Amino acid sequence: MPHRSAEPLAWLAFSAGGVLAAVFAPVVLFLAGLALPLGWISADHAHLDDVLSHLLTRIVLLGICVAALFHFAHRFRYTLYDGLQLARYGTVITAGCYGLAMLGSAAAAAVLLLNR
Amino acid sequence: MADTMTMRVTRYEPDLDHEPRTQDFSIPLRDNWVVLDGLNYIKDQLDGTLSYRWSCRMGICGSCGMMVDDEPVLTCATFLVDYAPGPIRVEPLANFPVVRDLVVDISDFIERLPRVSPWLVRHEDEPVDDGEYLQTPGELAEYEQYSMCINCMLCYSACPVYGLDPGFIGPAAIALAQRYNLDSRDQGAADRLDVLIHPDGLWGCTFVGECTTACPKDVDPAGAIQRYKLTAAIETLKSYVEGPS
Repeated sequence: MPHRSAEPLAWLAFSAGGVLAAVFAPVVLFLAGLALPLGWISADHAHLDDVLSHLLTRIVLLGICVAALFHFAHRFRYTLYDGLQLARYGTVITAGCYGLAMLGSAAAAAVLLLNR
Repeated sequence: MADTMTMRVTRYEPDLDHEPRTQDFSIPLRDNWVVLDGLNYIKDQLDGTLSYRWSCRMGICGSCGMMVDDEPVLTCATFLVDYAPGPIRVEPLANFPVVRDLVVDISDFIERLPRVSPWLVRHEDEPVDDGEYLQTPGELAEYEQYSMCINCMLCYSACPVYGLDPGFIGPAAIALAQRYNLDSRDQGAADRLDVLIHPDGLWGCTFVGECTTACPKDVDPAGAIQRYKLTAAIETLKSYVEGPS
């Protein structure tokens, strides 16, 4: 049986977050940051509002946010470990990084699911 | 172009020196000379006490890896003209203890390689009368790239994680484990997983990717490690679902 530790789970979240952020962030930035404000595409506001109000859209957005936050947590944890060579404070760093990701996820859930 | 070049070589004689020092040598700069030719010129013509490892001169034996201008390279495959007008710095491989001059102590690497059973593991052998273990070209292609490793240790020298945490089993060992895991004739994947899923195994890697940049045989250890991380993570998830075996 494989040795059980949380590391594989943290890495899976990191990996999923990296893929989702790389695939969706440029699309969202292009649409919301360039294409819509510059008028390259025209979208009916009521239609956009309908899409964004749909539960499925919100769940997908929440998934992207949570995965990207855990990607950040894992990357930042190793940046502190190796980049700044603070591995001796491993427990505090781990708790801080993934704790921030959990808080951010809770905030994203509150915004996306409760604020309807 | 000048016909000579300065080679700045790290010297260290443990009986005489407290710490490594550098020594400059003037060597001929020839179009077809590699760094190893320069070192051989020094050894033969200028200073016979210079110590370094080499053997095949053709990128197969993996003995002549050194730091050239801070990059881990095979000195038999690194041309002097690319560093003209010089001076060119030649140092022992980073992340390893130095024995003398450009010779490093590789016992740590030699000790950890066999931990991943880098050979074909069979739990049951087929009868000899059944003939060879045949493989399709597709099955060969699965692992062929990883079989090109020549154990030159450039990836260990390039890996910042190995430099910071000498407990990390390292790129070549993991890539070699993958070479056998992906071989259709092998049955040792579970044994290797037990070794690599250890905290000093696979999960030490933070995907810096320098191992793949340094690899002179295009093995892509970083790719092998990321691929194996997915396998290891899925196996761990399965163990949670299935419970202790």
